[in-house]
Amino acid sequence: MITWANFIAQLFNGLALGALLALISAGLTIIYGTLGVLNLAHGAMFMLGGYAGFVVFQLTGSFVLAVAGGSLFLVLVGGIIELVIIRHFYGRPPEDQLLVTFGLGIVIVELVRFGFGGLTRIVPPPGWALGVTQLGFLIYPTYRLVELGIAAVSLTLLYIVLYRTRLGMIVRAGIEDSVMVGMLGINVYRVFMVVFGIGAMAAGFAGIVNTPVVSLTPDVGESILVRAFVVIVIGGVGSFPGAVLGGLIAGEIYSLTSMIDPAYSDAMLFVAMTIVLLVRPQGLLGTRGRE
Amino acid sequence: MKNSNSSSFSRRAVLRQAAATGAGIGAASFGGLAPLGLMSPAWAENHPPIGTYPAGSSGPAVTIGAAVPRTGTYAVQGEDELKGMQLAVEHINSGHELIKKISPKTTKGVLGKEVKIVVADSAANPNNAVQAQQRFISENKVILMTGSTSSAVAVALNKLAQREHVMYVTGISGSNDTTGKDCVRYGFRQDFYGQTAAAALGPVLLKAFGKDKKAAYMTPDYTYGHTVTKSMDDYLSKNGGWKMVTNQISKLGSTDYSSFLTNIANSGAEFLINVNWGQDAVLSIQQAKQFGILPKMKLVVPYQIPFLAPGVGDQTLLEGVYAATDFWWTLEDKYPLAKMFVEAFEKKYNAKPEWGANNGYMSFALWADAVENAGNFYPPDIIKSYEAGRKLQSTVGEVYFRGADHQLVRPVVIVRGKSPGEMKNKEDFWTVTEVVPGEGLMQKPDEFGCNLGDYT
Repeated sequence: MITWANFIAQLFNGLALGALLALISAGLTIIYGTLGVLNLAHGAMFMLGGYAGFVVFQLTGSFVLAVAGGSLFLVLVGGIIELVIIRHFYGRPPEDQLLVTFGLGIVIVELVRFGFGGLTRIVPPPGWALGVTQLGFLIYPTYRLVELGIAAVSLTLLYIVLYRTRLGMIVRAGIEDSVMVGMLGINVYRVFMVVFGIGAMAAGFAGIVNTPVVSLTPDVGESILVRAFVVIVIGGVGSFPGAVLGGLIAGEIYSLTSMIDPAYSDAMLFVAMTIVLLVRPQGLLGTRGRE
Repeated sequence: MKNSNSSSFSRRAVLRQAAATGAGIGAASFGGLAPLGLMSPAWAENHPPIGTYPAGSSGPAVTIGAAVPRTGTYAVQGEDELKGMQLAVEHINSGHELIKKISPKTTKGVLGKEVKIVVADSAANPNNAVQAQQRFISENKVILMTGSTSSAVAVALNKLAQREHVMYVTGISGSNDTTGKDCVRYGFRQDFYGQTAAAALGPVLLKAFGKDKKAAYMTPDYTYGHTVTKSMDDYLSKNGGWKMVTNQISKLGSTDYSSFLTNIANSGAEFLINVNWGQDAVLSIQQAKQFGILPKMKLVVPYQIPFLAPGVGDQTLLEGVYAATDFWWTLEDKYPLAKMFVEAFEKKYNAKPEWGANNGYMSFALWADAVENAGNFYPPDIIKSYEAGRKLQSTVGEVYFRGADHQLVRPVVIVRGKSPGEMKNKEDFWTVTEVVPGEGLMQKPDEFGCNLGDYT
């Protein structure tokens, strides 16, 4: 069924999925780039954001407040996790870091399951974003367009914070050489805490924004985590522009493969990752020797 | 396959040897855990130990192991199914008059023993289900296993049942394979399936919408999805010239259907035949609306999903939608046993039962009847009792088990979605348009490659 109309529509699907993946992966990659910790609880942060948004929505009935409240909650959760757990693992081998974040992810998922049950929760899209929008010959759900816009704006904001502010400069310097940043009299740990909070927020924010599309279960973060890893490997681990590029590429691969045969869409993602690893092991926009 | 066959053969050989010599019986029973002293002497002479027999039925109570999904995509349906099972256990133990109508020999309990049920969450995952049941077999000495709500689980538990010689009645399972190519001597199914759904729903669709239509299918990527889609397409293309213009196959538990729906929107289909199930069905239907596909295309649900309507939350999407199902509560107007069941269920749970609950209840009731007629708990005797094909009363009239593939011959119920205005109460989503007798719907017992295997 490869027609022009379908091709364009799938390109659009790819863009929407890609923007979402970019946002989640950006959180994952800035945490890794800055702290050197590969956060396997990132999928749980995505899920937790959705549930936090769900709770706020239940209390207030406002989608905007749900997004704001959920994001704020995730900054706090991220900060606390860094302070209480992650901080004690900077000096330990990567295996320990992987295990502790992996375990943390399981604990969070099961706590949510305990609190909310395994049944699906729904947050409807805001009233003004219901229905479909006619884009020439293409009909597209309005909320998905809104989601695309939200993701683009958030990525831009994240870019500004990272590349146009003092905090961003410190973070980027910390990625290159955290010892030197410390010697310059900057409290690296405080920066780390903020970065972990922002990274968690990016995932949580994506989680809430995506909830009206797919609805919530405690397992919703699992498959997302795997895809986010593929994205940052393709884009270059630790690189913010790489996460964005990788996200868009992954989204398009996924959607365009679906046009031909959906059964292969996940597989093609890994094929792409394998090719990137063979041809350019540091990822498309990654630099060698960052680790 | 070859390996497992040969290992079960050797197990059988051991059992035969043990029976012949009358020695080493304890060692040959499951896991070597059944002490000789627990065996009931009256049966021990005739029946060698097998599976959890006689250890599982030597005390004052017998236990059923249920692995139902309580989390994940099929959780809502699993919970309803479990409620039906628990109600049946309660009724069997108290000798409720509804159970007695289905299983006339039942007094209280099964052969005078109290029935207990132990439950695990399968999350509709075959591995989880098999692990849980294996634990139930070794720790609880369960004499009956149940639960599925995914045919992948049903097929896996079929195989476990045959290997361990512990009986299994399926929960919800719609795949042709469950009593087709993956059928087993130790497994029985109460509910309808792809073939009977298609044979019952097909004529209704052709009558309502005519011939030569274009249909897009949505299929979950496992045994249930593939066999139901094939049965529907076979029927509609052969008898009505309908054309499958696209078949969108997705993984169980998919959440984002945008790519699939985009393909469907561009396929030129007039009908959306959605075989997705549980939460997958809810999400794909909701998203089909977001993409403007529904209600523009006509939706068809070949294998009804309990709680589809409240899940979708927009009855206009289901108005006029045809679905094939096992049971719908308004059948209480037609069948006295259905009325008793709906009333008893409502009294206990304060909600109408869905077809999963009816399936759970009926499966247990039919099992109770089979055991009472066997007169003992020796699995081969119970199996033969099932295979005798007694005509029994059920919540949908007279039914009987087909000995050749262990499938219950039972009617398929056709329902059509009501418009919001037609609904008389908040659970009045569907109207029953037809109850199609089961006999004419079924394939020949061996058509899907059923080979039941041995009794011991």
